[in-house]
Amino acid sequence: MYRSNILVCGGTGCTSSNSLQIVDKLKEELEKHGLEKEVNVITTGCFGLCALGPIMVVYPEGSFYSMVKLEDIPEIVEEHLLKGRIVTRLLYQETVEEDTIKSLNKTAFYAKQKRVALRNCGVIDPEKIDDYIAQDGYMALGKVLTEMTPEQVIQTILDSGLRGRGGAGFPTGLKWKFAAANDADQKYVCCNADEGDPGAFMDRSVLEGDPHAVLEAMAIAGYAIGASKGYIYVRAEYPIAVKRLQIAIDQAHEYGLLGKDIFGTGFDFDIQLRLGAGAFVCGEETSLMTSIEGKRGEPRPRPPFPALKGLYQKPTILNNVETYANIAQIILKGADWFASMGTEKSKGTKVFALGGKINHTGLVEIPMGTTLREIVFEIGGGIPNGKKFKAAQTGGPSGGCIPSEHLDVPIDYDNLLAIGSMMGSGGLIVMDEDNCMVDVAKFFLEFTVDESCGKCTPCRIGTKRLLEMLDKITKGQGTMEMLDEMEELCYYIKANSLCGLGQTAPNPVLSTLRYFKDEYISHIQKKKCPAGVCKELLEYTIDKDKCFGCGLCARKCPVGAISVSDYTAPTKKKAAYEIDTAKCIKCGACMETCKFKAIFKG
Amino acid sequence: MQKKISNIPFSGTPEQEAKLKEAIERHKDDPGAVMPVLQEAQGIYGYLPIEVQTMVAEGLGVPLEEVYGVSTFYSQFALSPKGKYNISVCLGTACYVKGSGDILNKLSELLGIEAEECTDDGKFSLTACRCIGACGLAPVLTVNDDVYGRLTVDDVPGIIEKYKNA
Repeated sequence: MYRSNILVCGGTGCTSSNSLQIVDKLKEELEKHGLEKEVNVITTGCFGLCALGPIMVVYPEGSFYSMVKLEDIPEIVEEHLLKGRIVTRLLYQETVEEDTIKSLNKTAFYAKQKRVALRNCGVIDPEKIDDYIAQDGYMALGKVLTEMTPEQVIQTILDSGLRGRGGAGFPTGLKWKFAAANDADQKYVCCNADEGDPGAFMDRSVLEGDPHAVLEAMAIAGYAIGASKGYIYVRAEYPIAVKRLQIAIDQAHEYGLLGKDIFGTGFDFDIQLRLGAGAFVCGEETSLMTSIEGKRGEPRPRPPFPALKGLYQKPTILNNVETYANIAQIILKGADWFASMGTEKSKGTKVFALGGKINHTGLVEIPMGTTLREIVFEIGGGIPNGKKFKAAQTGGPSGGCIPSEHLDVPIDYDNLLAIGSMMGSGGLIVMDEDNCMVDVAKFFLEFTVDESCGKCTPCRIGTKRLLEMLDKITKGQGTMEMLDEMEELCYYIKANSLCGLGQTAPNPVLSTLRYFKDEYISHIQKKKCPAGVCKELLEYTIDKDKCFGCGLCARKCPVGAISVSDYTAPTKKKAAYEIDTAKCIKCGACMETCKFKAIFKG
Repeated sequence: MQKKISNIPFSGTPEQEAKLKEAIERHKDDPGAVMPVLQEAQGIYGYLPIEVQTMVAEGLGVPLEEVYGVSTFYSQFALSPKGKYNISVCLGTACYVKGSGDILNKLSELLGIEAEECTDDGKFSLTACRCIGACGLAPVLTVNDDVYGRLTVDDVPGIIEKYKNA
């Protein structure tokens, strides 16, 4: 028994800011004071509040130290752990109220959250199966194998109303039912951990923080549909997740929770890891299966659906990591418990990765039906530097931008579709007044053009043509007719592409055209980028009253566009410089070098 | 995405070849072995020159065209060598809206190479990567395994300087 436990976040965000060195330093300092047998240091998964990383929490007090630095460790160990005096100065300031310390769960970031999929993240050591078992781990698998028939399992999942968390929202129970109904000598259970949406890291955090939850759910799915083999297709860019999954699989084998004759019931189930190699299209189910087979990850037409012919032409189910993370809880607590959360057609909770122009960057799990306003302004803490909210982007390259007039729409699958975006896997990027929406649309199209596998023409060529038009608009060469052409092409690509990638690729363009048409028009007619992002439409000017005439900018200018003017400000001794906008290539070198902040862009 | 194919002569060592043969042997009977073997091969050689792909094809008994099809399809597989220090700038959405595009441009300007290229002395290579999931630190870049977060364009020269003489 330890008298204190220190939980240090070992998720990707915090390890990137050296949380693992902090663990080493803690152990070293504890040993120095002879406390290593009294105080336990645990490396956990993601706490969610990545903006404040590296994070550590000391129990039993629940003191939440944020942005911990290596040099703070000796003080924390000596003051807090040796002498019992919490170092208030280094705590997350929102938890400090005059003399008392508020529970983390009462802070704005955590108060509105409801953790189901993330329940163990930041709580247990993901590399220890015993920690997971202590949190009722593998109880659901035991219950399923010993007390339930496969039909009852599927019925429970159907009754819970759980829908696929990868984005499209297909009812999970239905998927299982279809696969269970098809007879075959071999069936497969696959897990989509190829989280490709840029700016989304929900699945990674579950895999890093609670890998056994995914393994247990896959085994339950295997029992339900009659499969004995599972594959997890995980991004190679997530080395920590890959390592912890492999440890989890090995430990589960050792404990007899995977492998032959699980719980002595005669049920066999085994899981293998497959590493993705950086192709966004492999998040699409048929592509993912082709990729597991070791081939180019190109999609194929459906039907036949994977429930009939999937991996190696056998019946297969594929669910997303977050979907699996809900399964064991549904089995243990019942379908009614799960269905009591959320909205009429979207049950349960959803994890979002909050990023972009927001104060509390991180991972949040909220009941379906929470509004965007609550997420951005209450949980997320609003926009930094007092800037104005412009849009929230959900669904990554397949989704759209939600403008401020829709901030109060309750978030669920159907509402997001109705306002031109989609749930997607859960990336939620906040943009402020400094972001140009045409540029954002172009950014996503660059992504889809790059990631289009090239198999079908509407996607391969259509997205390229869309990008060319967007590119012209951001360079001030657009025409008003282009807007109509783009819209027509968008609908054509959506209707005719082979897989989900192409069918959703035009969404960023359509949604920005719908809500931010004025920005497009400004680029086309006024040749101005209102947010000051599009380089070709910028103009650099020197404020001649601020210019001291030092000439540094003129020497830095690579094209000789800056020269002395015939104006001398009344308060200055030398004549001011000026920029010949016809020669200027808008590199911004002058603005960087000016010591007097006399150069402006706009 | 068009891949840059290197014309630097292949210089594999017998040790590397032995390691590759061992990897091929381990995966030989797995269905779908091409990707895992190519991933290991890239770990051994750092990139996948045609000579290595040929060895993989012969070892696994699959046509070279199939191996080549796979190696050119996935962005993880590099057909040209990386520099001693590979600088990878995250262009995921969270980083992009916080200005990682400017950081990539600055690196490109200072190193005199475009993304997916390597400097002549083989010291630096530059890549634009997808989300590495450290969105809390956006904008982010990595130099080999070191992560640099919460960057501004002004931080870029200092980072290059740190590795220049290392």
